[in-house]
Amino acid sequence: MSHSTSHDLAHGHEPGHDEHANHGTLRSYLTGFALAAILTIIPFWLVMGQVFANHWVTITIVLALAVVQIFVHIVYFLHLDARGEGGWNLLSFVFTVVLVVIVLGASIWVMYTENTLMMPMSPQYQHSADT
Amino acid sequence: MLEATTQAAARSFLFGRLTLDSLPFLKPDLEGRIVLVTLLVVLAGGLALLGYVTKKRLWGYLWHEWFTSVDHKKLGIMYMILGTVMLLRGFADAAMMRAQQAIAFGPNTGYLPPEHYDQIFTAHGAIMIFFVAMAYIVGLINYVMPLQIGSRDVAFPFLNNMSFWFTFWGAILFMVSLFVGDFSTAGWLGYPPVSELQQGPGVDYYIWGLQLSGVGTLLSGVNFVVTIVKMRAPGMTMMKMPVFTWTSLCTSGLIIATFPVLTATLLLLSLDRYLGMHFFTSDFGGNVMMYINLIWVWGHPEVYILVLPIFGVYSEIVPTFSGKPLFGYSSMVYATCAIMILSYLVWLHHFFTMGSGPDVNSFFALTTMIISIPTGVKIFNWLFTMYRGRVQFTVPMLWTMGFLFTFTIGGMTGVMLSVAPADFLLHNSLFLIAHFHNVIIGGVVFGVFAAVNYWFPKAFGFKLDESWGKASFWFWLIGFWVAFTPLYIMGLMGVTRRLSHFDNLALQPYFIVAGFGAFLIALGILTFVIQIVVSVIRRKAYAVGNDPWNGRTLEWAASSPPPPYNFAFVPNVRARDAWMDMKAHGYRRPLEGFNPIHMPKNTAAGVVIATLSFVCCFALVWYIWWLAVASFVGLVVASIVHTFNYRRDFHIPRDEVRAFEHSGNWQPENQGANA
Repeated sequence: MSHSTSHDLAHGHEPGHDEHANHGTLRSYLTGFALAAILTIIPFWLVMGQVFANHWVTITIVLALAVVQIFVHIVYFLHLDARGEGGWNLLSFVFTVVLVVIVLGASIWVMYTENTLMMPMSPQYQHSADT
Repeated sequence: MLEATTQAAARSFLFGRLTLDSLPFLKPDLEGRIVLVTLLVVLAGGLALLGYVTKKRLWGYLWHEWFTSVDHKKLGIMYMILGTVMLLRGFADAAMMRAQQAIAFGPNTGYLPPEHYDQIFTAHGAIMIFFVAMAYIVGLINYVMPLQIGSRDVAFPFLNNMSFWFTFWGAILFMVSLFVGDFSTAGWLGYPPVSELQQGPGVDYYIWGLQLSGVGTLLSGVNFVVTIVKMRAPGMTMMKMPVFTWTSLCTSGLIIATFPVLTATLLLLSLDRYLGMHFFTSDFGGNVMMYINLIWVWGHPEVYILVLPIFGVYSEIVPTFSGKPLFGYSSMVYATCAIMILSYLVWLHHFFTMGSGPDVNSFFALTTMIISIPTGVKIFNWLFTMYRGRVQFTVPMLWTMGFLFTFTIGGMTGVMLSVAPADFLLHNSLFLIAHFHNVIIGGVVFGVFAAVNYWFPKAFGFKLDESWGKASFWFWLIGFWVAFTPLYIMGLMGVTRRLSHFDNLALQPYFIVAGFGAFLIALGILTFVIQIVVSVIRRKAYAVGNDPWNGRTLEWAASSPPPPYNFAFVPNVRARDAWMDMKAHGYRRPLEGFNPIHMPKNTAAGVVIATLSFVCCFALVWYIWWLAVASFVGLVVASIVHTFNYRRDFHIPRDEVRAFEHSGNWQPENQGANA
C-alpha cells in the first residue's frame, strides 16, 4: 500500500520523530462539545433575546466568542499542541494563520483604498451595474 | 457570455467548437505559413525521434525504466529534460520578438501581425516561468534534496511521478495551442479584461495548461516538505541541513501556500469565461482589480519560489570550490526564512499605478526595500566564503560569479522600481522588462546552468566538457548584457513593453543591438547543447568517481550515478557538511553486512491519471463536452482503481545490494574518500 510504503520510508530511520499527535479521549471530546455548545448558545441568546440595546456591543461579543470558539475547536477537535510531530503541527498552523491574515487583511485594505479613490461613476454606468 | 452566443453556430456535438478553421497552418497568410513551417519541422523532428526509439526497441525500456519510474533521481532528470526542451521553445519566442522589434519601424510593419505578436509574448512569459524555470527547480530539488538528507526516496514516490506527468501534460497543452487554435494574447498573467473578452480557445489553453501544471507543482511542494521534515538521516538536525535543502524546504512551503491562490484565481476566471459569471468584469459587481491583486498574491512569492532554491545551489557551489565552509550558515538560514515570510508582503509593488492611496503604496514600497536586506546578507555571505578561500575557476563557479555580478545589478534596479513615485514612470516600460530578466536570467538561469554543471557528474558518472561550458557561460553573460542594456536605456526614455511596431526611427539602433544580444544568447544555448553532446560522446574519458569536486554534503557520499536505493546504509550525521566530516574522520564505506532494502514499486497510475486529465482539459478548451465528461469519469475511476493496487513495494535482495556495492561504479571513489 502506498500509505504503508510512505509510512515505512518516512519512519524507517528517524528516531527523533516518533511522537505522534494525540488523538483525544472521550472526556476531551465531551469537554470540547460542551464548550462549543455553550459558546454557540450565548451568542444565539444575545441576538434572539436582544440583551443589549446597542447592537455594536452584541456584535463585538459575538465576534470575541467566535474567536474563543476557534481555539476550542483547534485544541479539542484538531488536537493541535506544541508536541505533535515535534512541533511541526503548531509551526505550520502559525505559518498558515500569518499568511492568511496577511493575504486577507492586506487585500481588503488594498481593495478598500482603491474603491474609495475610484472616480465617481457616471449615472448611466451605475444604472447598468444595478440592473 | 457574448462569445458563447456568437460561436454557437459553428459547434458540433462531436468536436465542440473545433473545426478546420481552427487550424492556423491551413490559412494562406504569412502567419499561417510560419505556423505551417514550424509544424513541419516539429513533425519531422518528432517522427525522427519516434522512429529512432522504435527502431532501437526502446519503448519498453523507456516505459518501465523512466515513464513509470517512482525513483526521485529519474524523475529529476526527466524534469530537467522537459525544462531544456521548453527553454528552446521559449527562446524561439524570444528570438521572434527580438527580430520583429529590430525591423518594425515606420513604414515597415515587420513580419508578425500584432495579434500573432501578442500570442508570442504571452507564450514566452508563461512558458519560461511555468515550464522552464519551475521544471528546472522541481527537477533539481527532486534529484539533489533526497540525496543531501541521506534518504532513499521522497516521502510519496507515486505522487512524485504523477506530479511530473501533470507538469508534462500542461506543457504539451501549451504546445498544442501552437498548431490547433491560437493562444492567449493577454500576457503571461492573463489580465482581464483582455482574458475575459478574447474569443476562441487561446485563454482557455492558458488556463487549463496552468491548472494542470499547478496540480503537479502543488503535489511536489507537499512531497518535498514531508520528505525534508520526516526523512532526514539520523543526526541531521534542522541546523545541520545543507543550505540547498533549507531553501528547498522554504520554497516548498511557499508553493503550498501560494499555488492554491493561483488555482482559485484561474478557476474564477474560467467561471467568468465558461458560465458567464462576473468576478472580474466591471459590470454586475465584479472587479478587474481583484484579479490583478489575487494573481500577484501568487505571483510575487512565485519569484522567490524560483530563486530561493537557486540561492541554495550557489550556497553549495561556493564553499565546495572555495575549499572552506559556508560563511554565516545560520544567517543564511534565517535570511531564507525571512525572505519566505517577506515575499508575502510585497505583491502590491507590481501594481503601484493601479490607484491605491499613498499609505498603501508606501507600505508596500517599504516592505519591498526591506526584502532586499536578507538577499544582500546572502550576497555578502557568498563573497566572504570566497574571501581568502582557494577559489577554483570551474564552470559552476564561473556561473556563480556571473550571477553575483549580474544579479546584484538586477537587485539594485529592483530597489529603484520599489520607489513608488519612480515606478509611476517606469511601470510597464522596457526598464521593468530589463529588470526582471536581469534577476531571472542572472539569478535563476545562471544558477540552473551552475547546478547542471555541478551535479551532472553525480547523475551520470562523468563530468561535462569544460571548454564548451566556459564558452556557453561567456556567450550567455555577454549576450545577456548586450540584449538587456538597451532595454534599460530605452525604458528610462519611456518606451513601453509589448509593442510590435514603433514610429520613432531613433529607437531602431537599440533594438538591433538587443537583437544581436539575443543572437549571442542563442550561441550560449547552442554551446550548452554541444557541451552535453560532446561530453556524452567522450563519457569514457570524462568518467569520474563519486566525489569529483571534493564535495561537502551527503550526495557526494553516494556512488555516481547512485543506485536506486541511494545509500546501502543510511549515514549517521554528526556535523554540518556531513560528508566533509565523514571524510575527515577517515570514513570507510562498509562492504559487508547488507540487508534487503525496502523500495516502492513503479506504477503506471500516474501516467494514466495525468493523461486522462490532459484529455479532459483539451476537451474543455474546445467545448467537447462528451469527451470532458468521459475523461473526467475515467480519471476518477483510475484513481479509485489505483487505491486497490496493493502491490506497491518490494525488497531489493541482499545479494543485489552487495553486488552493486562491490561493482566498478565505485572504483575511483577511494581517492575522494582519502582526500
